[in-house]
Amino acid sequence: MFSTLAPIVLQATWETLYMVGVSLFLATALGLPLGVLLATSGRGELLEAPLFQKIIGPIVNATRSVPFIILAVAIIPFTRFVVGTSIGTSAAIVPLTVAAIPFIARIIEGAIREVDSGLTEAAQAMGARPLQVVTKVLLPEALPGIIHGLTLTAVTLIGYSAMVGAVGAGGLGDLGIRYGYQRFRPDVMAVVVVTLIVVVQAVQMFGDRLARKADKRNI
Amino acid sequence: MIRLSNVQKTYPARRGSEPHKALHGINLDIAAGEIVGVIGRSGAGKSTLIRCINLLENPTSGAVVVDGTDVTTLPKRDLPLFRRQLGMVFQHFNLLSSRTVYDNIALPLELAGASKAEIAAAVDPLLPLVGLDDKRDRYPAELSGGQKQRVGIARALSSNPKVLLCDEVTSALDPETTRQILTLLKDINKRLGLTMVVITHEMAVVKALCDRVAVMDGGVIVEEGEVAGIFAAPKHATTKSLLADEFIEFRAGTDANTADHNTDDNSSRQEG
Repeated sequence: MFSTLAPIVLQATWETLYMVGVSLFLATALGLPLGVLLATSGRGELLEAPLFQKIIGPIVNATRSVPFIILAVAIIPFTRFVVGTSIGTSAAIVPLTVAAIPFIARIIEGAIREVDSGLTEAAQAMGARPLQVVTKVLLPEALPGIIHGLTLTAVTLIGYSAMVGAVGAGGLGDLGIRYGYQRFRPDVMAVVVVTLIVVVQAVQMFGDRLARKADKRNI
Repeated sequence: MIRLSNVQKTYPARRGSEPHKALHGINLDIAAGEIVGVIGRSGAGKSTLIRCINLLENPTSGAVVVDGTDVTTLPKRDLPLFRRQLGMVFQHFNLLSSRTVYDNIALPLELAGASKAEIAAAVDPLLPLVGLDDKRDRYPAELSGGQKQRVGIARALSSNPKVLLCDEVTSALDPETTRQILTLLKDINKRLGLTMVVITHEMAVVKALCDRVAVMDGGVIVEEGEVAGIFAAPKHATTKSLLADEFIEFRAGTDANTADHNTDDNSSRQEG
């Protein structure tokens, strides 16, 4: 029995890691600048743009308040436009990315706001341009917080990726539902759950270690 | 070197509070190579004043002339270039926790686009100057308060500024460390001929470091002059009370007591 199950579980694990990895990467690429702007575009702040703040803030909140499963279904036309299909593991990356962008943006905003404003002032006194304050001071100083936040995002995405079975994606969640639940195979369900626990543990440990390495505040 | 003429700063009204006038027409002349102290209690406007010099605060009106240029007329995109001529040292050091001592000191040069070699040429001699040769690759979290402030001073010096702005640089330090930092600043002033503006609420700092002092209260300079003269004959009530805080013995009129109170490092000041 195990010999027939192993390849299926391995395949599903790979699909989950692929979906989560790619969407985490894409969402970070888009969410990072968004988070920086959210943290620095307020009135009197570094990259002052109050109008941007007023428009983008509510959009971010709106996206975050839609339950993921509804978001995944609602943006199917968009998914089809981007990937060419709304079914499959690659198609699942679109809703995962869209859901993760505002999540990451808020996390990065929070991490940047944690940086002592005295550092921004010091950098400006040294003649840093606003963008230099971001790249040389705010992001490096916020890095441990950002890594923690991205780890949290990765774990959340693993959870979400179980739901994208609804749009025909594979992965561990899909395997658990189709084999474990619908075919009454508690053994498959158990293997899926254990695998998910192991994956989440591994991601969390890896993230914690990275964050610790980046954190020079307590040596 | 620096001339403030009728500098005013008013913070705009916020919800529920009146506009706050922090500076009411400040006039101050600072000659090249001079160390000028600005002393006052919290809220007197001295921090706003020093930030008006490098335009971290924009004066509401008045002129700030640095090295012949009225910097309040500079376009915003020229400010970084102007600020590189001024070094600033802070009360809470404001070091980057993610950078080593060396990299913290290198930051102003990095921002200015200096090459690795240029950075090394500027930073390497600064480490012994501030007594941190052995801490080069340490992180701020591994340093004591005094060592952190030495990094702060070295960082402010690394872009080879003409002026050093010191904002309560010893207020977070213990008396012994304060003395060491003041000695270092005095030494730097002598060696590099740097102009210094020193904000403090402690008369002891003025006495140990400054040539001239301006006393601030309620956003105005209430008294100004040579340090020796101010100490010998304070006129304004604020000056007297600031002196009373630091040198209770001083009011008794004996210089010996003062020296005793403030021990060895001030001996060089006694002649001046």
